[in-house]
Amino acid sequence: MAERMFVQGNEAVGWGALYGGCDAFFGYPITPQNEVTQWFAREYPDRGKIFLQSQSEVGSINMLYGAASGGFRVMTSTSSPGWGLMQETVSHLASAELPCVIVLVQRGGPGAGSIRHSQMDYMSATRGGGGGGYKNIVLAPGSVQEIHDLMQLGFCLADKYRNPLIFLMDGILGQVSESMDAKTIDFGPLDDKDWAIRGRDMHKDGKRRLINSAAGVLPLPPYPNYISWLSHMKEKFCKMEDSELRYETYKVEEADLILVAYGYTARVSKEVVNMARASGLKVGLIRPITVWPFPYAAIKEKADLGCKLLVVEDSLGLLIEDVKIAAGAQADIGLVSILDRHLPTDGGMIMPGRVLEEVKRLL
Amino acid sequence: MNGVGRDTDTITKSLVCGKPATWLDPPGAVMYCPGCQHPVLHRVISEVLEEMGIDGKVVCMLGVGCHAFVQIAWDLDMLSCAHGRALDSGTALKRLNPEAIVFTVQGDGDCLAIGAGAFIGAMTRAEKITVIVYNNTNYGTTGGQLAPTTLIGQKTTTTPRGRDAALEGYPTHAAELAATFKGTVYSARGSVHTPANYQRTKKYIKTAFQKQIDNAGFSFVEVLVACPPNWHLSPVESLDKIENDIIVEFPLGEFKNEDRIV
Repeated sequence: MAERMFVQGNEAVGWGALYGGCDAFFGYPITPQNEVTQWFAREYPDRGKIFLQSQSEVGSINMLYGAASGGFRVMTSTSSPGWGLMQETVSHLASAELPCVIVLVQRGGPGAGSIRHSQMDYMSATRGGGGGGYKNIVLAPGSVQEIHDLMQLGFCLADKYRNPLIFLMDGILGQVSESMDAKTIDFGPLDDKDWAIRGRDMHKDGKRRLINSAAGVLPLPPYPNYISWLSHMKEKFCKMEDSELRYETYKVEEADLILVAYGYTARVSKEVVNMARASGLKVGLIRPITVWPFPYAAIKEKADLGCKLLVVEDSLGLLIEDVKIAAGAQADIGLVSILDRHLPTDGGMIMPGRVLEEVKRLL
Repeated sequence: MNGVGRDTDTITKSLVCGKPATWLDPPGAVMYCPGCQHPVLHRVISEVLEEMGIDGKVVCMLGVGCHAFVQIAWDLDMLSCAHGRALDSGTALKRLNPEAIVFTVQGDGDCLAIGAGAFIGAMTRAEKITVIVYNNTNYGTTGGQLAPTTLIGQKTTTTPRGRDAALEGYPTHAAELAATFKGTVYSARGSVHTPANYQRTKKYIKTAFQKQIDNAGFSFVEVLVACPPNWHLSPVESLDKIENDIIVEFPLGEFKNEDRIV
């Protein structure tokens, strides 16, 4: 039975985590995601679950590393400057194969930038911002309900692949309030976490468990050396890429122009599609729900049919690089960017009218 | 000389001291230099865990440094952590699994330089975990660089003229610092450079674990260990250096011992 509620996107992160079986939250205050941290501080202790405010984002992410090693479902949340601080240990988490969910509510950059929305961390989220070229599944919700649902999927996928998972939001999605049904979603059974460290006597086989992130220095069974371990990692990353692609298409049939957007700019773009269709323009939307893996084939298919492509993203142009990979260097790809916001201050947004203007110019 | 088991015709051997039960026979060599006292301190910890009967209940959070090579051999549940972050990771695991006895094994650089924030944070929150710091006054693994614990005048590869207080400041006294935190119930500094100090250090570590078992508060033990190659001394000269120089800067003993947070 679902619990109907009217909540903010940042709070939906909490409800999704709770219904998804998250045992603990570790976090450090940063705008514009403070409602996430405050939600856990308010809601978790009375339910017998753990909330802990760390001394820094470096602290939070290393708390995840320890908590995940014990076999618990754990998460943190941060915004762009904190995300930068976490990168070393995101790499360690990938290397040690420790599952967890990291929520990134993007704000304006570079540097301290602004404390309001943006989509300027696409590259560090999708390419592995720490050292070593690892991969994470990156979920990019587009509504409050989807935040709740994808949080639960996120914990499932993190456990399934023993890998950290990035949950990519923005300040607008975090702040918007919408109706939402809260309930547990069943994704089927997962393997027991027999690898977790609990104390040697807690294991049925009575053998120690050892987890490290330095397989090249101190090889861990069953991988006798660095390269055999790297081959295993490669195989896992390929499996994630092959199996976990998710995207939405909206009115793409017989379209002359396809918008490509995720997160809040996808909501704007959907509105643009409706406005354009109402005035007889054949416009559709491809919305990546996973930005890694990325729907290269779906975009290529449209580009090959001669569709024009227009990327709508609240940055100087990062998602567009993946669209270029999909469509090829010769493709006709437009960009509505952060420079096209309706106000020159940090409160400006990409509005449907500006995108529609660009659609009309291209068609 | 009338040695044990020796008579005029035959030599019989009897084992008077074997390796600890928690010491596996590792497939590769455990990487320590001649005269290094890391393995000595590993042994002290093994003996404590076995005598207290808690080796099957502990989870060990390893830092980054020579101490972390112990993961090859220790028959314990272990997590090798990011450099300086063992206390963050240990904090989280203990909060989620209070039944586990959580301890960190860290170097002086790991705990007091790159890990200083995690160290202060864990003591501020009065985490119920035990910290064991191996203090060899330098970064041994990377080639003997300046550490927060390097003595004034001590030559390292990044203080080739000797540590100059005007440039590099003064040694950090971790055990004394830990004792100033309200959440700390136990703080001590030991050494393993003589048999008597070996036994004293063993007692300190046992007491520190008991504080955690009693859920009393944060417990901390710093132990001076020789690093002959980076001190450019022989193993025996290194023990003399501990006796004559290092314990002058870093006095041995208990700095705090409470049954509960006071």
